[in-house]
Amino acid sequence: MVPMLATTSEFFAMFKVPFQYGSAWTAADGSSRARVAVISSDLNDKLFGGANSVGKTLRLKDSDVRIVGVMKRWRPSPLFYDVRGGRFAEGQTSSFYVKPEGVFMPFFSGLEVNEGNFWQFTCWGKVATPGHLQDAPCVWVGLWVQLDSATKVADYRTFIANYAQQQKLLGRFANTDTRMPSLMQWLVFNHVVPSDVKLQTWLAFAFLAICLFNMIGLLLAKFLRRSSEIGVRRALGASRGAIFAQCLVEAGMVGVVGGIGGWLLTLLGLWLVRRQPVEYADLAHLDIGMFGLTLALAVAASLAAGLLPALRASRVAPALQLKTL
Amino acid sequence: MQIRPILSALRKHRLSTILIALEIALACAVLCNACFIISQRITAMQIVSGVDEAALASVQLTGYDSAQAADVDARALAALRAVPGVESVSLLNSIPFGSRRGTAGISTDAAGQHFGGVIEFYVGGPGSLQTLGTKVIAGRAPQTDDFHAFTSFMPDEGSVQITQALAEHLWPGADPLGKEFWMLKSHYRVVGVLKNLVRPDPTGWTPEQRQWSVFLPAQPGPYLTGSYLLRANSGDLPRVLRDALAAVAKAVPEVVIDRENSHALTDLRRDVFKNDRAMAGMLVGVITAMLLVTALGIVGLASFWVAQRRRQIGIRRAIGATRGDILRYFQTENFLIVSFGIVLGMLLAFALNLLLMTHYELPRLPLYYLPIGALVLWGLGQLAVLGPALRAAAVPPVVATRSV
Repeated sequence: MVPMLATTSEFFAMFKVPFQYGSAWTAADGSSRARVAVISSDLNDKLFGGANSVGKTLRLKDSDVRIVGVMKRWRPSPLFYDVRGGRFAEGQTSSFYVKPEGVFMPFFSGLEVNEGNFWQFTCWGKVATPGHLQDAPCVWVGLWVQLDSATKVADYRTFIANYAQQQKLLGRFANTDTRMPSLMQWLVFNHVVPSDVKLQTWLAFAFLAICLFNMIGLLLAKFLRRSSEIGVRRALGASRGAIFAQCLVEAGMVGVVGGIGGWLLTLLGLWLVRRQPVEYADLAHLDIGMFGLTLALAVAASLAAGLLPALRASRVAPALQLKTL
Repeated sequence: MQIRPILSALRKHRLSTILIALEIALACAVLCNACFIISQRITAMQIVSGVDEAALASVQLTGYDSAQAADVDARALAALRAVPGVESVSLLNSIPFGSRRGTAGISTDAAGQHFGGVIEFYVGGPGSLQTLGTKVIAGRAPQTDDFHAFTSFMPDEGSVQITQALAEHLWPGADPLGKEFWMLKSHYRVVGVLKNLVRPDPTGWTPEQRQWSVFLPAQPGPYLTGSYLLRANSGDLPRVLRDALAAVAKAVPEVVIDRENSHALTDLRRDVFKNDRAMAGMLVGVITAMLLVTALGIVGLASFWVAQRRRQIGIRRAIGATRGDILRYFQTENFLIVSFGIVLGMLLAFALNLLLMTHYELPRLPLYYLPIGALVLWGLGQLAVLGPALRAAAVPPVVATRSV
């Protein structure tokens, strides 16, 4: 079974969907309820081995549908246009990171092809015909609008409010609450970051703090163990600043080496994550930006941890050390 | 053992002592909370389903019109019943840990003013409650005339069995038998109480809501079709399910078998809790790494102190201290530092717990986690300091006579 999205032809332009072969259907195809479809690159690989399948026919339930376009690999994460109901998921929202649907069809064609097989959710009245969406007393359409100015946003809000009032007067709607969140507001409203991921972030920083305390203690031991060496350097004319700089360079080097070791461990960790059966597993990879950021964080943390020990080391009294040589 | 000299020696190493104590404190806080989260996840995974999971499997068919339903159903049922080893086959709209088709909000009055929560309706054909193996602990099981035919989402009226947990939520302390509830205009009367019956998707609900289920008897019809529950001997189940899927594919070749949802219930259960299992595994990994890092820190600093005090140790040995005295000195020193860290760590553990309670739905940390966490860290400290302390004890008294 392959999930299908019934939408309008503007979907592809609005969300900048890239195409490998062919293109989206036309507005005329949409209004004439043509049996046409755009398929995902995954489905194209599976069914046609990645070849140009434009013009080929797909059998969807009892209908023959002509393929007009094949998408390039497109992996929005989260799958923002399908996000809903996250408030009621107890933080278990990793399903928002699934891959896009396999088949995209004109809105009314899709409704006709899959007639009787839809599942209604969020209804405020009795569903006369289960599996039938049009005129069901349920929430069954997600509407995306692109509005370029604040005036247009305000106008659209008024339009929606008026529509709701009108539908209530006609006896179709039970209430007239309307909301039009922006994409980011909608994602926040739906708790799009799974609570487990938030917890893992907390954990990561707690772990970093423990490692920092550890590193300060160890660097302190490392530098002060060489007190006599430092005493000799000071006696030969090195300034406190030079000792301080030497210690910081050493701490920074530890950070670089640690960062590279950590990078190897990260690759191992990501490989383990990708083997997990979670929806976002294939998203777990390390790009240059992320690698740079973690390496910078490792060096910065090491330097911060080295400050105090370096300060202590630079204040070693040379005379005392030389005496005990 | 004299503590005073140890304390005055530590005063000379104030910074290192504070660092180790802070590290122990943070480790204590993370350890207690992480262990608590792990135990929460394990408890969630062990939820009682109230059904004979080991003996059950689900077969899901799709891709046909409701007009064909009766015909498809008849052929599929006949094929499934003919599979050797199948003890019973029933129609059930939702499957525990599997497909979910009966989630709806209810009210305890006809006007819909008193909202009772969102519950799961298990709409089942004749025999399905027995196939599930769910125990009726009060009232009665469904009778032949309870199974009504219906032409919509689910029957508009019925005598239902509800779980103990849901009964307690809807009518606390009262006898639920004979009570009524409504879903929009549909009206149901409670005739039986089930010990347990888990929702198909327990992880998406709070622990309290995970057992909010109702069994609603119904006759097979256009909207109760294609979702079957198979019962077979648990040892034989994988073979029976394989044969059953093959038999259905042959008997009704025109429909689609939903293979993602056609599995043994134990497999479906494992899949439902995969996130919790992954999370618990990750936490165990983090705790191990954290304890390892903490132990290495202690080893490093203790080794440094031993090297630094080599001469003093020699002098102590020369004036009569035994190896045991030196060993105990370092052990006591470690115990004091760790104890200091643990006191701080307990406060931190509670602070972290409060933080997690507000940002992440977690209950209050039970008090008994604190002494257990303390014991673990004391043990870890002693283990980590043993190596350096033994090296200190091995310092010969003759060191005192050299290079003074």
